[in-house]
Amino acid sequence: MMSSCLSVCRVGISFVMMNIFYKSAVDSLPELSPQKYFSTLQPGKASLAYFCQADSPGTSVFLEELNEAVKPLQDYGISVAKVNCVKEETSRYCGKEKDLMKAYLFRGNILLREFPTDTLFDANAIVAHVLFALLFNEVKYITTLEDLQNIENALKGKANVVFSYVRAIGTPEHRAVMEAAFVYGNTHQFVLTTEIALLESIGTEDIEYAHLYFFHCKAVLDLTQQCRRTLMERPLTTLNIHRFIKTMEAPLLTEVAEDPQQVSTVHLQLGLPLVFIVSQQATYEADRGTAEWVAWRLLGKAGVLLLLRDSLEVDIPQHANVVFKREEGVPVEFLVLHDIDLIISRVENNMHIEEVREDEDNDMEGPDIDIQDDEVAETIYRDRKRQLPLELTVELTEETFNATVMASDSIVLFYAGWQAVSMAFLQSYIDVAIKLKGTPTMLLTRVNCADWSGVCTKQNVTQFPVVKMYKEGRNPVSYAGMLGTEDLLKFIQLNRISCPVNITSVQEAEEYLSGELYKDLISYSSVSVLGLFSPTMTSAKEDFTEAGNYLKGCVITGIYSEEDVLILSNKYAATLPALLLARHKEGKTESIPLANTHVQDIVQIITNAFLETFPEITVENLPIYLRLQKPLLILFSDGSIIPRYKKTILTLVKEKHLDSLTPCWLNLKNTPVGRGILQVYFDALPPLPLLLVVNLHSGGQVFAFPSDQDVTEQNLLLWLKKLEAGLESHITILPAQEWKPPFPAYDFLSMMEAAASRRSTREGPECVKETDVQESHEEQHEDKPAIRDEPTETLRIKHWNRSNWFKEAEKSFRHDNKEL
Amino acid sequence: MGLSAAAPLWGPPGLLLTIALHPALSLRPAKASAPPHRDYCVLGAGPAGLQMAYFLQRAGRDYVVFERAPGPGSFFTRYPRHRKLISINKRYTGKVNAEFNLRHDWNSLLSHDPRLLFRHYSHAYFPDAGDMVRYLRDFADRLQLHVLYNTTIAHVTLLKDRLAWNGHYFILTDQKGQAYQCSVLLVATGLSVPNQVDFPGSEYAEGYESVSVDPKDFVGQNVLILGRGNSAFETAENILGVTNFIHMLSRSRVRLSWATHYVGDLRAINNGLLDTYQLKSLDGLLESDLTNLAIVKDREGRFHVTLKFFLEEANQSADAITLPQDDNDNFAMREAYDRVIRCLGWNFDFSIFNKSLRLSSGGEFSKKYPLVRASYESKGSRGLFVLGTASHSVDYRKSAGGFIHGFRYTVRAVHRLLEHRHHGITWPATEHPITQLTSSIVRRVNEASGLYQMFSVLADVVLLKENAAAFEYLEEFPMQMLAQLETITGRNARHGLFIINMEYGRNFSGPDKDVFFYDRSVGHTEDAWRSNFLHPVIYYYRHLPTEQEVRFRSADWPLPRPTAIHHIVEDFLTDWTAPVGHILPLRRFLENCLDTDLRSFYAESCFLFALTRQKQPPFCQQGYLRMQGLVGTENLRQHGVESGLLRDYAAVGKRQEDSGRRPGDHEPAGHPLAPEPPVQPPDSNKEEL
Repeated sequence: MMSSCLSVCRVGISFVMMNIFYKSAVDSLPELSPQKYFSTLQPGKASLAYFCQADSPGTSVFLEELNEAVKPLQDYGISVAKVNCVKEETSRYCGKEKDLMKAYLFRGNILLREFPTDTLFDANAIVAHVLFALLFNEVKYITTLEDLQNIENALKGKANVVFSYVRAIGTPEHRAVMEAAFVYGNTHQFVLTTEIALLESIGTEDIEYAHLYFFHCKAVLDLTQQCRRTLMERPLTTLNIHRFIKTMEAPLLTEVAEDPQQVSTVHLQLGLPLVFIVSQQATYEADRGTAEWVAWRLLGKAGVLLLLRDSLEVDIPQHANVVFKREEGVPVEFLVLHDIDLIISRVENNMHIEEVREDEDNDMEGPDIDIQDDEVAETIYRDRKRQLPLELTVELTEETFNATVMASDSIVLFYAGWQAVSMAFLQSYIDVAIKLKGTPTMLLTRVNCADWSGVCTKQNVTQFPVVKMYKEGRNPVSYAGMLGTEDLLKFIQLNRISCPVNITSVQEAEEYLSGELYKDLISYSSVSVLGLFSPTMTSAKEDFTEAGNYLKGCVITGIYSEEDVLILSNKYAATLPALLLARHKEGKTESIPLANTHVQDIVQIITNAFLETFPEITVENLPIYLRLQKPLLILFSDGSIIPRYKKTILTLVKEKHLDSLTPCWLNLKNTPVGRGILQVYFDALPPLPLLLVVNLHSGGQVFAFPSDQDVTEQNLLLWLKKLEAGLESHITILPAQEWKPPFPAYDFLSMMEAAASRRSTREGPECVKETDVQESHEEQHEDKPAIRDEPTETLRIKHWNRSNWFKEAEKSFRHDNKEL
Repeated sequence: MGLSAAAPLWGPPGLLLTIALHPALSLRPAKASAPPHRDYCVLGAGPAGLQMAYFLQRAGRDYVVFERAPGPGSFFTRYPRHRKLISINKRYTGKVNAEFNLRHDWNSLLSHDPRLLFRHYSHAYFPDAGDMVRYLRDFADRLQLHVLYNTTIAHVTLLKDRLAWNGHYFILTDQKGQAYQCSVLLVATGLSVPNQVDFPGSEYAEGYESVSVDPKDFVGQNVLILGRGNSAFETAENILGVTNFIHMLSRSRVRLSWATHYVGDLRAINNGLLDTYQLKSLDGLLESDLTNLAIVKDREGRFHVTLKFFLEEANQSADAITLPQDDNDNFAMREAYDRVIRCLGWNFDFSIFNKSLRLSSGGEFSKKYPLVRASYESKGSRGLFVLGTASHSVDYRKSAGGFIHGFRYTVRAVHRLLEHRHHGITWPATEHPITQLTSSIVRRVNEASGLYQMFSVLADVVLLKENAAAFEYLEEFPMQMLAQLETITGRNARHGLFIINMEYGRNFSGPDKDVFFYDRSVGHTEDAWRSNFLHPVIYYYRHLPTEQEVRFRSADWPLPRPTAIHHIVEDFLTDWTAPVGHILPLRRFLENCLDTDLRSFYAESCFLFALTRQKQPPFCQQGYLRMQGLVGTENLRQHGVESGLLRDYAAVGKRQEDSGRRPGDHEPAGHPLAPEPPVQPPDSNKEEL
């Protein structure tokens, strides 16, 4: 009676299975009185009832779990009910005390089993126990090797055996096995054990989790022969067991003679690939042997077919001996594999790839770590294929370096071919060479320190890039300016003249100050500096010369110390020793006394001479003004500055109202990045021009001059006073956060330690089976990289390499086809 | 006594002196008549001794080298017996980087003179030993090293003296009785005593040092070779074609250097015998402990192998001795041998060192070497250093410290240690801003030869400065001395440090390893830690590890557990300069150790940061804000905009004005704006006019 029921229930197996995979919403648990309950029992149908006191609380942990189990049990045709033992209707199933309540399994109205509630600790246990009780005949529970051998022997030539080991009854793995037994119990004999020793005695290693074997006994005709065994390598889940048994039932090897693209078997439906071994008449016997061997090796992992080339209508590449079909609808791959192991490893890799792909989806951080976020490195990389006109500069080597820098005044760029910053600068350097082409200035040379490491070390170059200027091979001067075309060009041009230049006559001095003498250079240095000394002031002259040397390439300096120096000092009202600063743009010359001024101070005076009172701020000059450490009063202008504004601010400067600020302006036409700055300051961009105070050095507040006010001296002054008094509120505060690593790094330390601990457990008596490691995956999500399984990891990489390689191979195959 | 003081310091002492000196020494001569003094005495003018002499000479130190032979490198005048060196002389690598090329030049010593590279001395990939002798002679001559030839130091003792650098002087006495007083003793005598194993019949074995090298002498003979090193295989290789068969007997299994990754194991060039053994069972390898064996000679003068046990059992005549085959008729060595050759290697000559020096042998696994610390200083007496082949106990069967291409670097490390200890010169280092950290490491792992040869023995060290704003880079520090780094180098490691080492995969080397397995190489950065081939590994420590931590580290770790570790993924070309595959992950690692952002930026980006943030990234601080920003070209800017890492602000402005300035139009920095066609310049003054 029971078996007939079961066969009825098995109709539409896969439908049931589907329901299990996609857990539907939990059906509610019907609550009945004992009388009512017993009246619902139908002959032959199984039912699980939990008897409880009517006045007991509505929910308990057990009831929640039971509720969970309603739906899956219903899928197997088993009804579930909660029976309330009311006083009027006493039943013998109603326990006397609250904590002695039990669940009972009936078939029709025959009691099959009673379960104390603590054995049914969760939904998995409920389903597992109920099915275990119902499938008493289909699933043999054994404890010794002898039992197993008896079953095996009895079934040889008759049926196959599904043998599984689970750690305990009621575990999720046990449930999975029972669910499979429900479906396949009458085609295969299921055998179950919880004895580790039994598993060990059949030679299994690394037992920690559940195992499932398929014993191929049906094909064994010689009783002395052992049944072949196939271990299921994936974790014991209902879906995996289903897939596994399905593939065990499929024919081991199929012969086909049709286009592999069109062939489909149960394997593809189960998500497993197909492997076609290409055979021809001449070698058929050997190929079939090979194919069978491969089929056994790949049992449960892929479908294996023998493809008969001779009777094939479509062309396949001539040399291909294996065809690989990954999944339905994906073009097949034609491969040339000279080793059977390669076929196996290819399939196994493919499986791992699949799995890895799954968890890569969950790994949100994964891809970003590997994406270049260094703008210099990325731009250089993107530019790698462009040919630079490197021939415009001379490449120096270990052999040529000394001779070259001795023979001619040279600029040397030290760079390293693999270092992005120096390669970015190399481009500017080449631009300089282009601009200087045909003008005999200095020899532009370069040394690739990746090649000529020794030269660089000898020249004391230990970082990149470095530019040095060699005159007569001696005392190289390091370039310390911006790493860009303009500034380097200026450095080179200004170095054409000595620093300081020796002026020999009053007339020459006048030409020098007017900018006539070095007409072509004054565009690089808006100020010409002239030191005036009487011939006897030797130490002052020395200091000035030293300062001039220090400022080499930044500014034009000259020195005049002839007897008639008084003519000049009188003319410019300077007391000797003195500095004359000729500002060419403004056409003004001012004098500064130099008595008892040291080298450093002279340098400072000259450097300060370059600071303007109301400069246009650019990317290049901002750092100079930032050194003043004052808040910026900055006017953003879309185009040239409006003269009225300029006048207002210059007036305030002159009246010393702006001494605590650095007044400046920014032309968005010249410095478009200014827009990016305004976007940070404002949510909605107010109309330009716009006057702001940016307190960069203390506090980071940004204040905006009200756009509804006119920029007049009075208004501005009033606003600044209010600012100072703290009466104005800022529009934003610049973020003060530190620059942290943009992305995490790979935590190799924990990966190594996880691997080491895994290895040490493997060495011990109880070892982790690789497949089961994946099971533990789910339990420890946070620590994912640490538990990744070893082969999976390395294989992914291979996959990456290989897939490219195979694409290439495929291409060439196609090519062959055309020619044929 | 008076005579000894009057004797010329380095001239050959007269006969009279020799006689006079003996009583003088035994009587402990007074200070006035103390033997000639040298700060540094080097024993042996082989490669290691000359290498040390070179460094001492360059540093202007007071030193002398003692050599018993009339010229340098006397070992190579006789050995290897078949004259072929197995250290490669790779003259072409396709690279011009001289430091890199030393990775594949195993014979040159270090010097500033490019003429003293071995490739100028031999064209052969496996050069002739005679060329080595010629090379060493040139090395000593050209560099004018102070070597006393024909001076055999017969005895070394210790003389306590409070004022001496190490609390004692080393007193060296030569064959003529001349004594020398040395503050520091550098022993570079190599391994000079042939190793002999004592067993009954061992006297029948000919030694490698004297066996004929003429194949004709072995025609039609059965040969038994004891030992399984390169000398054994070299001997076999020479006679393989003329013998009946060669059997090779040794305690342990054959160790192929390509599997163990140890250059001292059997090199492929010598392994012809393995072919015939495995293919045709012609020749063969046998494993047995020699000390259990005995060799007996029969009446015809042929040799039989038997067990010592049988010999002891009975006191019988030679013919009556039990042979294993009497019981066991398929005993492998039942055939009689015509020759037995002993190729069991060499031992260090301990005999000249007085007990007071406490120079003892290196323990169970490296008995043939004297015991030294990882700094190559003897454990027994301070100031005594062992250099060269004899110092191999430090990395026996691991790295290359027993071979020229390895010990030329360990000698340099010892010299740097001495320079600091006795002359106050700190370990050489370069200082850089932190933004150069990635580059400094990339440079070294790509070219350094010392790291490459002496992997897991010498390592580069990065010492961080306060707040990790800058760092010092030290090269080739003996990494097992890490805990003593501050005292050895004279540098400060208070703010954390990185160690740059080269390593093979943890489970990749061993005599029984299959090193050609499928999937042996790793390509993905995420799996770099599984790299098998020699690759750079960087350790980060927040604090200098203590001596305890170094000593009790986990078994298969070369260093104690770091705060973090990084592997640069192995590379087929050993070129670790790939921007995304090598440099990017390294930068991420360094950034995360230092908790900062080590990206580089163009000046325009720094400009933006300077006006919109209170703090600047290190690259902008150290470059742009010091007027050394990287401007970049228009072409590169375009790439930047395409990649989304840079923004085209000119386009931003246009777009915004075109769309009537939508409020809150914040573009996320990572998204590029589509390039816009140029529009007419907007009227900038429209608000005002």
